[in-house]
Amino acid sequence: MKNIKSIFLLAFLMTAATGFAQQTPAPKQTEAITIVGATAHIGNGEIIENSLIILEDGKIRTITNANSTKMPYRGTVIQAEGKHVYPGFIAPNSSLGLVEIDAIRQTDDESELGELLPHVRSIVAYNAESKVVESMRPNGVLIGQITPRGGRISGTSSIVQFDAWNWEDAIMKENDGLHINWPNSFRRGRWWAGEDPGVKPNDEYMKESKELTEFFSNAKAYLAGSRSQTHLPFEAMERVFSGEKKVYIHADGEKEIMDIINFKKDNDLENVILVGGYNAYKVSDELKNNNISVLLARAHQTPNLDDEDYDLPYKMAKLLTDKGIIVGLETSGGMERMNTRNLPFYAGTAVAHGVNKEEALKMITSNTAKILGIDDTVGTLEEGKDATLFISEGDALDMRTNKLSKAFIQGRDISLESHQTELAKRYSEKFENQEQEASQGQ
Amino acid sequence: MKLKTLFFALFCASLSLQAQEYFPKNDGVKAGVNTNYTVFKNARIHVDPSKTIDNGMFAVRDGKITAIGKSINVPANSVVIDLKGKDVYPSFIDLNTNFGIEKPKSNGGSPYSGNPQYDASRAGYYWNDHIRPETTALENFEYSTSEAEALRKLGFGVVNTHMPDGIIRGTGMLVALNSEGTEGDRILNQRSAQYLSFSKSAKSKQVYPSSIMGAMALLRQTYLDADWYSKGNSDTKDLALEALNNNKNLVQIFAADDLLNELRADKVGDEFNIQYVIAGTGEEYKRLDAVKATNATYIVPLKFPEAFDMEDPYQAGFASLEDMKEWNQAPANLKMMAEKGIPFTLTAFGEEKSFKENLLKAVEYGLDKETALAALTTVPAKLLGEENKLGTLKEGAWANFIITSGDYFDKETTLYENWVQGRRAVIEDMNTVNLNGTYDLAVSGKSYEMKISGEPAKPKAEITRGDAKIGSKVNYQDNWISLLLSSPDTTKTEYIRLTAKVPENPEAFSGKAILEDGSQTTFTATKTASAEEKEKEDKGSEHPELLPITYPNMAYGFETLPKQEDLLFRHATVWTSEDTGILENTDVLVRNGKISRIGKDLSAGRATVIDATGKHLTAGIIDEHSHIAASAVNEAGHNSSAEVNMEDVVDPNDIGIYRNLGGGVTTMQLLHGSANPIGGRSAILKMKWGSSPEEMIIDNSPKYIKFALGENVKQANWDSESRFPQTRMGVEQVFADNFTRAREYEAKKNSGQAYRKDIEMETLLEVLNGERFVTAHSYVQSEINMLMKVAERFGFNINTFTHILEGYKLADKMKEHGVGGSTFSDWWAYKYEVNDAIPQNASIMHNAGVTVAINSDDSEMSRRLNQEAAKSMKYGDVSEEEAWKFVTLNPAKLLHIDDRVGSIKEGKDADLVLWTDHPLSVYAKAEKTIIEGTVYFDLKRDEQLRKDIEAQKNLLTTQMLKAKNDGVKTQPVKATKKEEFHCNTL
Repeated sequence: MKNIKSIFLLAFLMTAATGFAQQTPAPKQTEAITIVGATAHIGNGEIIENSLIILEDGKIRTITNANSTKMPYRGTVIQAEGKHVYPGFIAPNSSLGLVEIDAIRQTDDESELGELLPHVRSIVAYNAESKVVESMRPNGVLIGQITPRGGRISGTSSIVQFDAWNWEDAIMKENDGLHINWPNSFRRGRWWAGEDPGVKPNDEYMKESKELTEFFSNAKAYLAGSRSQTHLPFEAMERVFSGEKKVYIHADGEKEIMDIINFKKDNDLENVILVGGYNAYKVSDELKNNNISVLLARAHQTPNLDDEDYDLPYKMAKLLTDKGIIVGLETSGGMERMNTRNLPFYAGTAVAHGVNKEEALKMITSNTAKILGIDDTVGTLEEGKDATLFISEGDALDMRTNKLSKAFIQGRDISLESHQTELAKRYSEKFENQEQEASQGQ
Repeated sequence: MKLKTLFFALFCASLSLQAQEYFPKNDGVKAGVNTNYTVFKNARIHVDPSKTIDNGMFAVRDGKITAIGKSINVPANSVVIDLKGKDVYPSFIDLNTNFGIEKPKSNGGSPYSGNPQYDASRAGYYWNDHIRPETTALENFEYSTSEAEALRKLGFGVVNTHMPDGIIRGTGMLVALNSEGTEGDRILNQRSAQYLSFSKSAKSKQVYPSSIMGAMALLRQTYLDADWYSKGNSDTKDLALEALNNNKNLVQIFAADDLLNELRADKVGDEFNIQYVIAGTGEEYKRLDAVKATNATYIVPLKFPEAFDMEDPYQAGFASLEDMKEWNQAPANLKMMAEKGIPFTLTAFGEEKSFKENLLKAVEYGLDKETALAALTTVPAKLLGEENKLGTLKEGAWANFIITSGDYFDKETTLYENWVQGRRAVIEDMNTVNLNGTYDLAVSGKSYEMKISGEPAKPKAEITRGDAKIGSKVNYQDNWISLLLSSPDTTKTEYIRLTAKVPENPEAFSGKAILEDGSQTTFTATKTASAEEKEKEDKGSEHPELLPITYPNMAYGFETLPKQEDLLFRHATVWTSEDTGILENTDVLVRNGKISRIGKDLSAGRATVIDATGKHLTAGIIDEHSHIAASAVNEAGHNSSAEVNMEDVVDPNDIGIYRNLGGGVTTMQLLHGSANPIGGRSAILKMKWGSSPEEMIIDNSPKYIKFALGENVKQANWDSESRFPQTRMGVEQVFADNFTRAREYEAKKNSGQAYRKDIEMETLLEVLNGERFVTAHSYVQSEINMLMKVAERFGFNINTFTHILEGYKLADKMKEHGVGGSTFSDWWAYKYEVNDAIPQNASIMHNAGVTVAINSDDSEMSRRLNQEAAKSMKYGDVSEEEAWKFVTLNPAKLLHIDDRVGSIKEGKDADLVLWTDHPLSVYAKAEKTIIEGTVYFDLKRDEQLRKDIEAQKNLLTTQMLKAKNDGVKTQPVKATKKEEFHCNTL
């Protein structure tokens, strides 16, 4: 009895020590780590069945077939036979860390007032200690492009890794992209104003598109001039025109996408990425010819129209990749922050609907890294890249088998605990102890 | 009567020839009353739709028909009108108008903005402002000569008018469109019918009922209360209930705004032995059997949708097959109703401009003329019990008739006159001489050829001299013709003017001519040839090809419903969800809709064999918490709405049903939303796509009610502070109060005293007495614990906590109480009360011995609940067999239908899914989804349906493009998207 009590006390102290606080970021890697025997999913379409992976100084020092090397293991050795190693999954176009609880305005920093806000930067509002962000990691989602919402030009995103003390430490690539919400040629009736809630043509479409074009023209003119009076929004466009900041245009409609292609040409923009792209499959040839990649909306949505194929959202990735378009998967939509941990399963859904497994993996790793311009450091398990990867007990694209035992970000052995796992432990233990007490009492 | 109306009436009276006999007369002599007869002869008289008298006669006096027949006695004091070559019909009757009554406008805005109004705003009337049986048409009526004229032009002589406002709208009255008479003449019956609808009054913002099921419940309770009131049980006066009781024996006309609501209205009527006349929508053809089964007479609007403008392909892409088919099929509605033997009358009110065109269109689509005529005359007359006075031409009937140039249903026919109560209203002069023909026109020694064509009253002239065409203008009125001839020399501005009175026989006529120089002479016109008989364009069957009706009549609907089959699955991996576990390489035989045998190498008999090698066969998925297939989800008007029933509002046309089948779902509980602590009763449905709501609701359904706790019921997520409860403390008191009242109600009921039957209390009594199970929407542990304690205090158990996101914090207490948990797999962080929601919830509750289900509350998630169950394996290390039960056997247990569904067991319903892969895997697809041996979803058939949809849309697009090309008016493409419901959808 005494013993039980002390175990209970210990358990209590442990939970009390860690409970209800965010996970402490892992310390810098000081010792090499060797992972042996796992099936390595490289992220570029290839697999190494029996792999040897050595992580050192935060980088992947070695990745090779264990059968064909006699390289000595280094540092801590993790035996991972039968397990799977994946590069950390990347969630593009994410508002993680900008909102903690959807319904509570006080926790909401995702959308600023105004329409043309290239100067607004998400990174400064990114909450590295968000309990939602830490809940991504047990599913293998380790990197995110933190993106503001709202307005015509929402602002500028930055790319972060998900284990940091503060936003500054989290940065992988600061101010990486400009995000534009392309106007819709159709709009939903404002039912609250007594309109039919159906979809109808948006009379303002041309006007709204022109406003964007004019903003770009004016920004160019400003930047070419003396800039005697500083204009912050135009200043924020400089790196767009220099090609350093990619342009992410969020749109779903067929006509809109055709207009975006023209917009890209007219403004001589090198890097334009289509985000969402519900109807992209209808204009896939044009997208391909104009070298536009797609960050495709979540597979787990219902079709927009009754007449559409029930599996249309499931198979969109297949329809686009078949045309040779580079596709990454994104997660925006209802409850998007907490749902981002389901990113791997969106890739799994693409597999169920025709995409090869390793190709589907690319859509949440190397393709996304390429699209975001971070493929020099992440996105694949290749020597010299960041040691941002994880070990899963089984196939990580299937919820049935996605079970992480280890995850590393830049070689740091990160915690896979979260607010949620701590609560789970706390109450599981409570009931276990109750049972033990009950059985001892008998 | 309003002062204005009174003045108007006096004004009309002053114009009246026949003042009423007991009225004093100061503007002339009283003896000047006209007592002559008007006799019509040589007419083709359509006595009624089935009887015609050729060359008949009839006499009219004092507004009534005094004699009619082949030959009648013509009194000496008769004015005779010769109707040779003309047709006479009884004038038409429209039963569903608000003629002369202005519809009140709402001040707009959401009823939920600011602090909503929960109580009635009137005293001395019913507790709900939307019950207004005391309203009369008369008090709101002002005779409108312009509306009357518009209706008379179409052939209408009498209308029923009412105040179209509220759920019970009060009485209507029957008015003759006699603009020359007084109200005293015109009002045939000031209490001719009672009108109802499901729409609330614009005059009140009282929130209840906020939903269609609330409106239905309110109607039921009102009828019960009226009965109770009529027995003298009320201590206080209720003017509304008194009026309702007074109106009881009138014709009851129910205006419905969609087909499902038509059927719902009839259902409520049946429960109280009231047969409503249903003012329908024109969509009846979509469910003819159900419409026929109402036994109602219908009032159908002659309104057809306009074609979409499909020219812009981007816009065209938004058009749904459902809407496009409606355009294609709606004109055939009346024909199909007639063939089905469904009695109907027609309404033109509000659609006067297109009435004739649409009526002819309906005839073109196959409606026979006799039925059409009956629908406009005898059917409405009979409904009002006025068949001897209206809708027919016989002795003693009102002299309400129209005179036409021929068959009313002929496009070329002109309506000359519309007589109401013996008063003539001329629409077109029937004595207009038809000038059509070719004439030799002689003016001051010159000869022209003149061709006259077109409508008799609006002739067109074409004048030539030799080869030269002469510009001309013609004006023809009261048989006086004026012609203006331009000079053949176009450089000159010179005219010749001709004018003449045309004789009855226009073989030749002459008149005055004024020449270019202003000199006057005469001209003559001599007919040289009669009008060429215009070749009748036979457009009889030229309407676009009709598409077949499907069930439902939209994308993925079935032309013929799939049939129950005997099936043998061979070599499947069978997930029994029973003790036998997962059986490899096993056969399952389905017979008569049941699982007949499970075993190896079963004999197929007559069953169709399905090779299931490498595939997985499971029981169908059961979703404990769904809001698809519903027309509404919350009755948010009261904090307790136990009286409402989701079974009333099942929507069989929701594409979500088909998509859920595509995700292997066969059964679900359609729950009321979470707006109120005490919500509404549930519907447990099988996903029988194409069937009626009644067929979808499972037989002998266990009874359920939804309760709700937390942020939604205290309205924390929107600005409203006018409703109790605003805190979790108050939520407990709502339950305590209602359960206490229910017990007191029971005591009174059982005491033998007269009691007011209260549907809400009856429902709560079922809960207290363990006859109705509770599914309680819940989040945090405090409220969960509270509800269990309240239930225990009142002697019953909560059956299921749904959502139950903090169930893991008190799973031990749940086990002790004996309640199950139906939860989301991984939702959290969307509001404050889900801050401690964890994806291990299901497994922790399961490990503690609670019966656990995974539910959706979402039309997207519900179609992949298998994957949601699999998340319990990831987050909570639940075994795959147990995880699978989370979406099959366990929800079946929570719904008390585990004796029928939820596992593969001999004798259970054959509700089965054949999966392409491990059913818990993200890689698995439902290949076949079967309910009671009927294959409702099949991947192969789905492929075919997609092709059919494409082909049909293509055909319809072409038809619509052609319509536009032919000059038919079109409308811009709109996409009607149904709202996707969640718990908190208001």
